[in-house]
Amino acid sequence: MDTIIQGKAYVLGKNIDTDQIIPAEHLVYSLSDSEEVKMYGKYALSGLPIGEAGLPEGKHPFVKDGQFKSEYSIIIAGPNFGCGSSREHAPFSLKVAGVKAIVAESYARIFYRNCVDGGFVIPYETAEQLNKTVLTGDELKIDIENNTITNLTQGVTYTLKPLGDVYNIVMAGGIFAYARQENLINS
Amino acid sequence: MAQTITQKILARAANRKFVEAGESVWLNVDILLTHDVCGPPTFDIFREKFGPGAKVWDPEKVIILPDHYIFTENEHARRNIDLLRQFAEEHDLPNHHDVGTDRYKGVCHVALAQEGYNLPGTVLFGTDSHTCTSGAFGMFGTGIGNTDAAFILGTGKIWEKVPESMKFIFEGQIPDYLAAKDLILQILGDIGTDGATYRAMEFDGPAVYSMPMEERMTLTNMAIEAGGMSGIIAADSVTEAYVRERTGKPYEIFNSDPDAEYHSIYRYKTEELEPVVAMPHSPDNRATVRSVQDTRITKSYIGSCTGGKLSDFVMAAKILKGNKVSVPTNIVPATVEAAQSLETEQFDGHSIIKILEDAGCTIAPPSCAACLGGPSDTFGRSEDNDLVVSTTNRNFPGRMGSKKAGVCLASPLTAAASAITGRLTDPREFIR
Repeated sequence: MDTIIQGKAYVLGKNIDTDQIIPAEHLVYSLSDSEEVKMYGKYALSGLPIGEAGLPEGKHPFVKDGQFKSEYSIIIAGPNFGCGSSREHAPFSLKVAGVKAIVAESYARIFYRNCVDGGFVIPYETAEQLNKTVLTGDELKIDIENNTITNLTQGVTYTLKPLGDVYNIVMAGGIFAYARQENLINS
Repeated sequence: MAQTITQKILARAANRKFVEAGESVWLNVDILLTHDVCGPPTFDIFREKFGPGAKVWDPEKVIILPDHYIFTENEHARRNIDLLRQFAEEHDLPNHHDVGTDRYKGVCHVALAQEGYNLPGTVLFGTDSHTCTSGAFGMFGTGIGNTDAAFILGTGKIWEKVPESMKFIFEGQIPDYLAAKDLILQILGDIGTDGATYRAMEFDGPAVYSMPMEERMTLTNMAIEAGGMSGIIAADSVTEAYVRERTGKPYEIFNSDPDAEYHSIYRYKTEELEPVVAMPHSPDNRATVRSVQDTRITKSYIGSCTGGKLSDFVMAAKILKGNKVSVPTNIVPATVEAAQSLETEQFDGHSIIKILEDAGCTIAPPSCAACLGGPSDTFGRSEDNDLVVSTTNRNFPGRMGSKKAGVCLASPLTAAASAITGRLTDPREFIR
């Protein structure tokens, strides 16, 4: 796995629930058929109220009309990101849209587990209220080895909380790869 | 060392005497639950990761309860029902409650209880965040995603971080104008939607133990709305009677030690609480019903795992009897058993269904229906700028369908009283 993640920021508020990440009516598509999978990219974060879509000003759809990928690959959010349902379709849809990492003040448990165990996106926590300073569209760089995030547009570096217990699962690429690596299941 | 009920149950599942809050442990899973939305992708991951000849770890322990998108023409949703059927046949799974057969039950969390799958002391993982509902039976129940479910399906094991516990004690008795929904909405307003993240919410006190199982399930159901890993109520004679009516399987009752450590303890004088509502767009946006009584509503909805049990409809019927609703009022029993009980259960000499129909309610077949929006032809889905008073558990933006609509979460008493007046209404206006 690369130890540097670089991309444009998409900034969100607090309590972003899984219905906003992927509305329930779209949960009917296959997660393994390559054509249907694109629909999860198309509808990623489509449940956001338009005023909340890409802070501070809002009105930046995460994925443009008619497209399946987002121009933003790092999500910056406040506390309790991913609250609500257990749908793994949520981190999956962010991955399909091109998200590599989320940096939030905190996460809901099931969303956090799904990110890690499914190996979809890296859920970083930070003590900083980054969604108050980072602007949607800023160029960001995450250094996984050193637990830092740099806002290249603004020239500021912040500290991320270490991944801790889940670091090895993230680095392995998910719970199955980790379990094989540790001989918890037979390959 | 002193342990909470949750620590004791997880210690048993980890083959340990003691587990500490904060440590990650590998657990032996007693039951894995899945449904039509998350079952098919779980099975895909299982096939991909364990290979084509892989076997389910224990067919008896896998419970498949399709419930989300059942009565829809949406071809992708219907395909999911077929995919469940194929997997159940391929692996000879005895506990598949298939749609269109007399084995169909309805909403999984209520069906688990009614079919005798909930057993005190056991550990349940399910591909649905409201799996915490089963904690009402003195067991550990929590939601997981498809990957974790696929891992369990092949191994019977999963890692979990032992949660700290928060205790919520309800003293006294519950007045007739309050329901379990008011109690949990009260807590949510106090601690917020992340107030219990990664923790177990333990409910205790005479008011809790005076409740029947269905009302206890309303409390534990919404632990996830505070971010809780689980909600739990230790089993008592009411629990045992309910379980024994449905199954002869063995179980073990655990209780928290008196000196167990808690993250925090909240005490409520139940008689001093009043009917509350969670206004759009968050379950912790609490207001007393009286303080928002001028709010006009466009629909009332009584249904779901948390608000579509027989006890919910009996409460609604007590308010609706002899009255007419003034806004469209949708009734969705959680399960087939709940739907059948509407015919047999009586209040004041009339069946519950007769009271609801005479009041002008529309009654749909059992499923999750519009609680989470769903395909465009879903019964009761919110439209345009609807403001729905609902006994469901979530009111996030767009939750019941329309992105422009709002949802006010309330008890069945409040939802019924509001249906009559067309505005948010404290049920005390109708309780003499």
